Amino acid sequence: MKKLHIVILVLIAISIAVLISFMGSLTTYDTVETAKNKPGKFVHLVAKLDTKQPIEYDAINNPNYMSFTAIDSVGGSVKVVYHNAKPENFEHSTRLVLKGAMQKEFFECREILMKCPSKYKDDQEAAQKNIPVAASISYPTKQTTALKK
Amino acid sequence: MEYYGENLLPGRLGHFFIVLSLVAAAFATFSYYKGTVTQNDADKLYWRKLARICFIADLVSIFAIFGILFFIIYNHLFEYKYAWQHSSLSLEFKYLLSCFWEGQEGSFLLWSAWHAILGTVLIFKAKEWESPVMTVISFAQFCLATMVAGIYVFGSKIGSNPFVLLRNEMDAPIFSRPDYLSFVTDGNDLNPLLQNYWMQIHPPVLFLGFASVLIPFAYAIAGLWTRKYADWTRPALPWALFSAAALGTGVMMGAMWAYESLTFGGYWAWDPVENASLVPWLILIAGIHTLLIFKHTGHSLRATCLFMILSFLFILYSTFLTRSGILGDASVHAFTDLGMNAQLLLFLLIFVVPSLLLFALRYKNIPHVIKEEQTSSREFWMFIGALVFFLSGISIIVMTSVPVFNKIASLFAGENTTLFTPLAIGEDSEFSYNRIQIFVAILIGILTAFTQYLKYKQTGKHFFFRKMFIPLVASLVIGGFILAFGNISYDQKGIGFLGAIWLGVVSSVFAIVANLSYIWLGLKGSLKISGGSIAHMGFGLMLLGILISSSKKEMLSKNTSGIFINFGEESSEKSGENLTLVKGVKTDMDKFWVTYQSDSAHPAKPLWYYNILFERKDGKETFTLQPNAFVNYKGNEGLMANPDAKHYFDRDVFTYITSLPDPERNKDTAQFENQVIEIGDTVFYSNGFFVLEDVTSKNNIPTPGFAPEDIASIARVKVFSKTNSTYISEPLLITTNSSQFPLPDTITAESLVLQLNKIDGNKVEIGVKESNSILEYVTLKAYKFPFINLLWGGTIIMVIGLIMSMVRRNKLNKTRILEI
Repeated sequence: MKKLHIVILVLIAISIAVLISFMGSLTTYDTVETAKNKPGKFVHLVAKLDTKQPIEYDAINNPNYMSFTAIDSVGGSVKVVYHNAKPENFEHSTRLVLKGAMQKEFFECREILMKCPSKYKDDQEAAQKNIPVAASISYPTKQTTALKK
Repeated sequence: MEYYGENLLPGRLGHFFIVLSLVAAAFATFSYYKGTVTQNDADKLYWRKLARICFIADLVSIFAIFGILFFIIYNHLFEYKYAWQHSSLSLEFKYLLSCFWEGQEGSFLLWSAWHAILGTVLIFKAKEWESPVMTVISFAQFCLATMVAGIYVFGSKIGSNPFVLLRNEMDAPIFSRPDYLSFVTDGNDLNPLLQNYWMQIHPPVLFLGFASVLIPFAYAIAGLWTRKYADWTRPALPWALFSAAALGTGVMMGAMWAYESLTFGGYWAWDPVENASLVPWLILIAGIHTLLIFKHTGHSLRATCLFMILSFLFILYSTFLTRSGILGDASVHAFTDLGMNAQLLLFLLIFVVPSLLLFALRYKNIPHVIKEEQTSSREFWMFIGALVFFLSGISIIVMTSVPVFNKIASLFAGENTTLFTPLAIGEDSEFSYNRIQIFVAILIGILTAFTQYLKYKQTGKHFFFRKMFIPLVASLVIGGFILAFGNISYDQKGIGFLGAIWLGVVSSVFAIVANLSYIWLGLKGSLKISGGSIAHMGFGLMLLGILISSSKKEMLSKNTSGIFINFGEESSEKSGENLTLVKGVKTDMDKFWVTYQSDSAHPAKPLWYYNILFERKDGKETFTLQPNAFVNYKGNEGLMANPDAKHYFDRDVFTYITSLPDPERNKDTAQFENQVIEIGDTVFYSNGFFVLEDVTSKNNIPTPGFAPEDIASIARVKVFSKTNSTYISEPLLITTNSSQFPLPDTITAESLVLQLNKIDGNKVEIGVKESNSILEYVTLKAYKFPFINLLWGGTIIMVIGLIMSMVRRNKLNKTRILEI
């Protein structure tokens, strides 16, 4: 066997070992309920902002404390504490991926990934808001129907 | 129904040219294919001529599409969805091209335009390789043309057309009016994050990189296809070098854009979008090195074919990853999909399957050398280096592909089942890459340093060590010097990782020194042939810059919870990364006093500039930074910040706004009212009263930046409000040997600000301010990035080196042709 082949095999073996150890370090996407079942473990909590609950953030008193309530798709809800500034456009996020771990009382979040309707590529829904709505203009309904044909 | 005011001609022309480009590319592919497989020479020429006409037609139509789309955007024809969605009346001229490539359609066009230009160059230069190489390129052009076709075939939509009309795409009652256009007065505008000069230059260069990777791929495929297994490497080499320079520049421009205008807190975050364009580059570099091995020794041709093929396949894979929306939760670049996932997947597979199949079928026939490489030969170590690069790329792309694995697993297990929980990269995703790639950096640093000193085939020990001695000793001295005095003590990830960083620093210094001295020791100072050494040296500088700037990055705005200096016992609060500055109040931040002085607005947009004054505490320097932010912009309610940085040759001080008060609220016009009182006195304010309980003084203020003899006087004030709440407020008066200044304290709930102005024996002057509005303030983050210029400088040097090599290889090829 060539020396180079041995080196190649060793390097590939190392890469595979590295990737296996990487796979072992992966975490999971969780709902509120499954996250509560593993307190203290680092998870990705997929949820959205509960707009009915207040967002607590006061930059004057403490710019590094924010708390809010998140609800997931199956209805689980949890208080979230985030020791950082309130992310831009936070109120308008449609979906949140909260990286952190469940504590006794709340979910301690270290990083937030937000999905906004129009962050990078404009989404139709958000875009449509900017179209002037004809309903605000008085216009005979009958004629509209006729014109549609 | 007739609509008023629409200008439909450009759209019709656009549609025509899109169809023309599709058809022309298809015919070019077919004709070049015939031109390759036909045996008869006259027929070959005939087909080639036909193919050229088709390809030029494709080139012309793509530029026509470009021109028409630009016309639409420039004239603000908002009846077209593309103009409405990506531009606005207030958009500056310089950004008009940027809206072009904000959308997927425009960026596909840009890519396609580069293919067309590079293909035209090949028509003039490729000679006998033209037909097979251009078959591949024309076919790629055909695939890209389908991406913007927007036609229906058997009921399914193919591609997304940039010339569609707003009224056909949107469902709103207004479009039932013939004069709807008079209500669509302005467009959605370019995403404010992209209104940046990097956005003008980064996409064209990156797509030039993307497009140019196709050419070495096309040569490799052509070589395998026509069974001229070895010949293709010669013309492919300058192209591969060009591609490495273009793609490398494009990727690093993306890094600069991220650094200068995005608020990721750095230039590289191992984001899937970044990784996806880095991996093809890594594999391309591996391919260039194995190609050089083949040129000089005949070894490694199979690896060269594979690497050249894979580098383009990974470009396609990255296109699929970033545009299909599959990354979803994993990336900060929130790409929403255009409903073209099936088409994107097909685009990927239609190249992956035939090219890998061709490689597999021809593998046995690709010439290889049975004789083993000597361990003292250059090719042995070069191959190992190429392999390390390749494996590094593979490990990055596997880690990036976790969302893809989730998707595949969920196809089998079904969504939301207990069989399979989607996986995600763990706690510190950057570190999970860094801890692997640091070893790649160490290995590559050492390999690039000594490999050039080896000769192809075999090297005498004595010769090698004699030449190697001086660079090795010099590197150890310089590296040791950096470690001894550079204060590189990044120990957040343990001592093992710090050790790896130190090794990395020394090995990258070794790479720089060895390659620089090789220009004299090995090449006798001939710059003409030292492109390789220069590129390696630049790469070494990049490594060093990455290691130092990342491990010595400092958060300046840390450790202050709230705006006021915290004298008390250690707060249980985590040390945060944000600092709030109240307008006009000098605030302590690391080595600086920072003051939020004023703000100003952009004349036409809700873009605000904040003037932040930085004063060095030692008084040696003052400067103003002007980070800006879009506030409540076009459906993006909230804040979109752009950083500002003070550049020094050896470091950058970098800041950006993270939070602002609601701009709707009133401005604070209230003034302090001063009262002289004694301890125990009570003062009334509109909402209650407060009692001055105590005044104490303290020196040895435990906050950096104060001398031991500086004194802080603290007034302890108890506030009783009408609502039966009580608060403790502690305004401060700081006395340093040169100045005296108060640090007021705010009780936000009471809109009450207390300030300690003067202490004169028992008499204390307290300033009271009541304000109906919240104070004006900004919250920001500030970093110090040291030696970031090593990274940028290294990049430039590397690209220069690559271009020098390209020019030289191109010249060599020409002279060889003349000799024949």
